[in-house]
Amino acid sequence: MIDREQVQKVALLARLALEDAEIDTFTTQLNDILGYFEQLGELDTTDVEPTTRAIEVVNITRHDQRVSMSDREEILQGAPDRDGDFFKVPKIINE
Amino acid sequence: MTSIRALHQQLVKKERSAVEIAQEALERIQSVEPKVHSFLHVTAEKALEQAKQIDAKIAAGEAIGLLAGIPVGIKDNMCTQGIPTTCASRILQNFVPPYESTVTQKLLDAGAVTVGKTNLDEFAMGGSTETSAYQLTYNPWDVSRVPGGSSGGSAAAVAAGECTVSLGSDTGGSIRQPASFCGIVGMKPTYGLVSRYGLVAFASSLDQIGPFSRSVEDTAILLGAIAGHDPKDSTSLNVEIPDYTQFLKPDLKGKKIGVIKETFGEGLDVEVGAAVETAIQQLQSLGAEVVEISCPRFRYGIAAYYIIAPSEASANLARYDGVKYGARIPDADNLMEMYTRTRAEGFGAEVKRRIMIGTYTLSAGYYDAYYLKAQKVRTLIKQDFEAAFKQVDALVCPTVPTTAFKAGDKSADPLSMYLVDLMTIPVNLAGLPGMSVPCGFDAAGMPIGLQIIGGVLREDNVLQVGYAYEQATDWHTRSPKL
Repeated sequence: MIDREQVQKVALLARLALEDAEIDTFTTQLNDILGYFEQLGELDTTDVEPTTRAIEVVNITRHDQRVSMSDREEILQGAPDRDGDFFKVPKIINE
Repeated sequence: MTSIRALHQQLVKKERSAVEIAQEALERIQSVEPKVHSFLHVTAEKALEQAKQIDAKIAAGEAIGLLAGIPVGIKDNMCTQGIPTTCASRILQNFVPPYESTVTQKLLDAGAVTVGKTNLDEFAMGGSTETSAYQLTYNPWDVSRVPGGSSGGSAAAVAAGECTVSLGSDTGGSIRQPASFCGIVGMKPTYGLVSRYGLVAFASSLDQIGPFSRSVEDTAILLGAIAGHDPKDSTSLNVEIPDYTQFLKPDLKGKKIGVIKETFGEGLDVEVGAAVETAIQQLQSLGAEVVEISCPRFRYGIAAYYIIAPSEASANLARYDGVKYGARIPDADNLMEMYTRTRAEGFGAEVKRRIMIGTYTLSAGYYDAYYLKAQKVRTLIKQDFEAAFKQVDALVCPTVPTTAFKAGDKSADPLSMYLVDLMTIPVNLAGLPGMSVPCGFDAAGMPIGLQIIGGVLREDNVLQVGYAYEQATDWHTRSPKL
């Protein structure tokens, strides 16, 4: 089962800044949900292959050709912050 | 409500113009939206512009296709170039896609008139459309109840007569369940039959786009328009697309239909069970041979799904980082803070919960116990279906164990909301086509749905069973009073 500390660790991995109250709620709810998953233990899956796709398709290839998608400006206009033709982000390392 | 074919006849006989049909839909939207709230954006100008083009074609004597001039609604998780696509999430509040999804492009090419983008559970995660960051959508049959979800807006819009047909997406029941709750037809095709290019990804191995309509014929027409191989989606199936309307036959002679025994147990509402049993007797009287089929691993679908879908979602939703598009908190000191706070504020509780579940079940030390185990159970569920389809042409069961519940009833308890998907989830896990058709009403006047499931790429059987049943009954002819 999952405790408060693990929930905090998972939140960091998921890049979510959770508030204390949210961590409490998620600890309870995730435990309920993970508890529900335990029923899968009733099934013997020793020699069973996993299914990764519902319908298997194999060797899907395409020509290595460049296709321009849309206007660069149109794409950059969606950016929360930019500098000319670049996406701009806050500083990465604190001083 | 007028069918696609009837509207098409009116257009080609010049009894009505496409602009008149579009205006009628837009007026209906104006009059019922304050009660139903199906749409996040209504694109009235665009719709009238598209309708004018169809009228010009008709005036010039050009032939038009069946979907030309037909008002359609699009779930707001399909990218529409130049039109906001929010996924009902704050994190995509300002997102205007620079490209068009394959399905909507196909509809535009067919001349369909898009009246707007419909509400959904945030990122299609939910069963009631209540997790939308923007608004609640209400069930047209009783506006104190939910329309189902996640494609609740698309289902409510069709049920309320705001558009003739609409598109939804179905990862664990998100088309079939709201179709059942709103008393209309909703189909999830075989995985890979309809391109996912431009559909905002939730759980990529399960997501599939499909139609909502008032009749099985309209679903067959719309499916034919959106199905087909797309090189832009590597999971797209390269198969011939038939004219699906050829499978609409009024009887079921020679068809063998299996009733999934395990779906008639504990938790099934008595009235839903009775309506579905009556429907099964009707299938028999239409000439079908009905047998009982056991899918013993069916009930493990929910547990497997709520590991697999959140795992895939946690990876898919990692892209919302506040860098290239979407929302960003304005005052972060550094990049890490920008990521974590943008995501914390941009996502709602249900989306965060699923990202948390998925991140946990994929994390080191838990992968085998959860994700791998779930994928193996997925194989077992698939095997149950494979065995069943060696014996029968189609399977039937209730679409949902209950009718639509009251708004707010389940939103505080996530697990109780997950259990609503019991009957629909196994179909996604196995990639099969499934359709819900109206099969009755409960004492409160809420619609009940019959789910019809086919083998891989056997949409023909699903449509035939649905159509024959529909022709023999009149549930689909009733409309909610709004």
